[in-house]
Amino acid sequence: MAEALLALAGVNTHIGQYHILQGVDFEVPRAGLTMLLGRNGAGKTTTLRTVMGLWQASAGAIRYDGAEITRRTTPERARLGIAYVPENMGIFAGLTVRENLLLAARSGPPEDRRLEWIFRLFPAMQKFWHAHAGNLSGGQKQMLAIARAIVEPRRLLLVDEPTKGLAPSIIANMIEAFRELKRTETSLLVVEQNFHFARSVGDTVAVMDCGRIVHAGRMADLAADDSLQQKLLGLSLQAHQ
Amino acid sequence: MLTTLLSGDLPRSRVLAVVLLAILAGLVLAPFVFPGTRSLNVAAKVAVFVLLVASYDLLLGYTGIVSFAHTMFFGIGGYGVGIAMAKLGAGWVSLALGIALALSLSAALALAIGLLSLRVRAIFFAMITLAVASFFQILASQLSGFTGGEDGITYKLPDLLLPGTKLVEMPLLGVELNGRLASYYLVVLAALACFLALLRVVNSPFGRVLLSIRENEFRSEALGYRTVTYRTAANCIGALGATLAGVLYAIWLRYTGPDTTLSFNIMIDILLMVVIGGMGTMYGAAVGATIFVVAQNYLQDLMALASAAAKGVPLLPGLLHPDRWLLWLGVLFIVCVYYFPTGIVGKLRAK
Amino acid sequence: MSHGSALPAQRLDWLPLALIPAIALAALPFIPSLPTWVTLTVAGLAMGMMIFMMAAGLTLVFGLMDIMNFAHGVFISVGAYAGTSVLLAMKPSMQADSLAANLSAIVPAVLAAMALAGFLGWFFERVVIRPVYGDHLKQILVTMGGLIVVEQLIHVVWGPDIIPLPRPATITGSFIVGDAAIERYRVLAVLVGLAVFAAMWLILNRTRLGLLIRAGVENREMVESLGYRIRSLFVGVFIAGSALAGLGGVMWALYQESVNAQIGMQMMVVLFIVLIIGGLGSVGGCFVGALLVGLMANYTGYLAPKLALGSNILLMVLVLLWRPRGLFPVGRA
Ligand SMILES: Nc1ncnc2c1ncn2[C@@H]1O[C@H](COP(=O)(O)OP(=O)(O)O)[C@@H](O)[C@H]1O
Ligand SMILES: [Mg+2]
Repeated sequence: MAEALLALAGVNTHIGQYHILQGVDFEVPRAGLTMLLGRNGAGKTTTLRTVMGLWQASAGAIRYDGAEITRRTTPERARLGIAYVPENMGIFAGLTVRENLLLAARSGPPEDRRLEWIFRLFPAMQKFWHAHAGNLSGGQKQMLAIARAIVEPRRLLLVDEPTKGLAPSIIANMIEAFRELKRTETSLLVVEQNFHFARSVGDTVAVMDCGRIVHAGRMADLAADDSLQQKLLGLSLQAHQ
Repeated sequence: MLTTLLSGDLPRSRVLAVVLLAILAGLVLAPFVFPGTRSLNVAAKVAVFVLLVASYDLLLGYTGIVSFAHTMFFGIGGYGVGIAMAKLGAGWVSLALGIALALSLSAALALAIGLLSLRVRAIFFAMITLAVASFFQILASQLSGFTGGEDGITYKLPDLLLPGTKLVEMPLLGVELNGRLASYYLVVLAALACFLALLRVVNSPFGRVLLSIRENEFRSEALGYRTVTYRTAANCIGALGATLAGVLYAIWLRYTGPDTTLSFNIMIDILLMVVIGGMGTMYGAAVGATIFVVAQNYLQDLMALASAAAKGVPLLPGLLHPDRWLLWLGVLFIVCVYYFPTGIVGKLRAK
Repeated sequence: MSHGSALPAQRLDWLPLALIPAIALAALPFIPSLPTWVTLTVAGLAMGMMIFMMAAGLTLVFGLMDIMNFAHGVFISVGAYAGTSVLLAMKPSMQADSLAANLSAIVPAVLAAMALAGFLGWFFERVVIRPVYGDHLKQILVTMGGLIVVEQLIHVVWGPDIIPLPRPATITGSFIVGDAAIERYRVLAVLVGLAVFAAMWLILNRTRLGLLIRAGVENREMVESLGYRIRSLFVGVFIAGSALAGLGGVMWALYQESVNAQIGMQMMVVLFIVLIIGGLGSVGGCFVGALLVGLMANYTGYLAPKLALGSNILLMVLVLLWRPRGLFPVGRA
């Protein structure tokens, strides 16, 4: 089997004096979508931020595409092809939709074909092309945040809770969009609380608790095993189904 | 007994204990050991500034907020005494009235400033306090009918505190026991009492909450502490401490003016004293204030000598000119913030 | 999707802008004659423009890196002193009644002021601010320390006394418009201020660099996550902001016709008022705030001299009661 695209080995992260990640090991394969699940406060967001370099790992190694990136800065990691959609979406509210996307396209204005594809995924982006991003609805902001991450082809896409606070109809749109994304060359690592969404798009899965990975495997296996879900996800499962 | 007096916060370092004892002994014995007007003035100023700086440390070191309005509260105390003495006559009742009014005004202002700006962020608070303090400076210089404007006010005190009053006919150990001595001991003892009270505050459960808020506001909020309430309370206590220091200074000088109370230079001096002595320990305030005031009065003499000796070397005489002593303290200040954030006391305790 | 047609583009928030004419008109009944009012209004605008130049860098640096540089005032003083030294060294060109000769002194003076202030800014960012990045308390303390040290060094280099600085011949005197006398220098200051504002506006709104800066002010981490090194962007903005403060300083020295080492600290209070009124981090707010403060200072300065600063602090409190985060609040919480 080929080497994984992203591999975390024994990663520890401290925030101030708090020891949040306590030895995280898992891999994101070169294709498909990996779900990262776990209850609130398990350390999922911290894991994504550590991969992006927004927190520095205090111990352990992060390997990406055959090279160690543990000590690289955030912009360097971005230029290696990692894109990040944070939990609060991080859109620039004072910039227009167009400006948000222009900024994300590092190598000049995006190609027409790419833009058309994005508009097909998220028609709202075309409709509100000149609107200020701050005026978009929650779902549209989430779409803009994802569109911004893929305005140029990227190798690895990190997405933190894309369905948080979205209405069910919009979640259905999101599921479609993620299925389309999986058909591209991009690999995805997605944090989620919504198990229905996770089951619909996930290929592989890792489950976190208290700053460690407690389970890793195929999504289909977890989806089929009620008692395992109960054990790993506990209350968060019932709360979100 | 001693532990109770110090609220359980012992010096925890032999050198520090010796230094603190020396400061205390120096203050108590100054009239007998260092006779002379200048040294008694220095000693009284040390006592006042120990209180002033300690009350500032409650904000900076314990609560983690930077205020530039501390001299304003210092000035309110000074003008409270000054105006009461000058307008209402030099009696004990008017003195008490002046102090009470000054304390109430300070508490009200500190409360208002705190509620207005402490919910935002440290930087905002610092900027607002700077603006409000400037406003007060203007007020003091404009209301000259009350405050004497730039010239300030000179006034009499109750007879007991005036130099002309002889308490006992016989001199003790060659020192005349007059009203000047009485007012000196009033200042020193009151400052000491207030200092011990502040020590009590920071070692109380309230003080520990302040520390935890400074360490991690996020967690403290999560634990259910109303951080704005705690910070505002600390701001008020700090302001009251500064006001009392102003009262004592006014009693000692029998003069209140912008240069001795409201000036921004004093604000800078306070910052230097807190940081060099050690933020976050009341003893740091005591050590910092003592070193600074003594240096202010005697280091300049030393620099004058050095500057004269360096004559002929380019630039050096300018750098060593006695008026440039703030330059060197400024450098020391920056070095302290970077490398010794706990100041002299932190270093001593770490040993 | 719930929205019908296109969303409204973000509407320009005109209410704060209307405050400028509102203050000017409100002052009218109190000023005895119209020509005096015109003179004061031009003076207020000129002062506002100079304050804007001094404050622009401070607000951008705060917006971009969350750093409040309490020593920003030293860039003003250093610019003022450097410019003054050059101007005094070229006295003959200054006194000649020819624009070309005057310019041959003013241009090098302005360049020297901006270069020295910019260099000091670069040094400050590297040595003083970088080590305490992200720690507000230490930032305030360390930059205050920097302020003390540089102010003292100015004393060492330029001496403790006020240095008089006569204005060049061609920008002394006034235009007479109707009954109102309008000082030439004030007109020049307004023009320079407008040019600086226009240049900043164009860079911020019409270039990719400006796009990056605006995005950085809103969300620094996200700009880094998109692959841009915000550090170098920040250093550039810091240097440019310091140089602008230096320009403001030399213009202020010419306006006052003298320099002293305290102007940095004196201006800091005014700059903070402007930033708080305008909204921390907002360039447009900084512009509006500076003009408001300049006008207010001149009207009250005429009616009740010495209360000028006081009236502006009052203005600040009123604005905060109306909009607690300033006229143009900037995104970040
Ligand atoms: N800035 C911070 N300061 C202190 N603790 C934090 C901070 N951010 C997150 N934490 C703590 O880290 C733990 C993991 O948080 P996070 O990674 O956000 O969890 P998740 O995304 O899985 O819900 C939590 O206990 C949270 O309280
Ligand atoms: Mg999270």
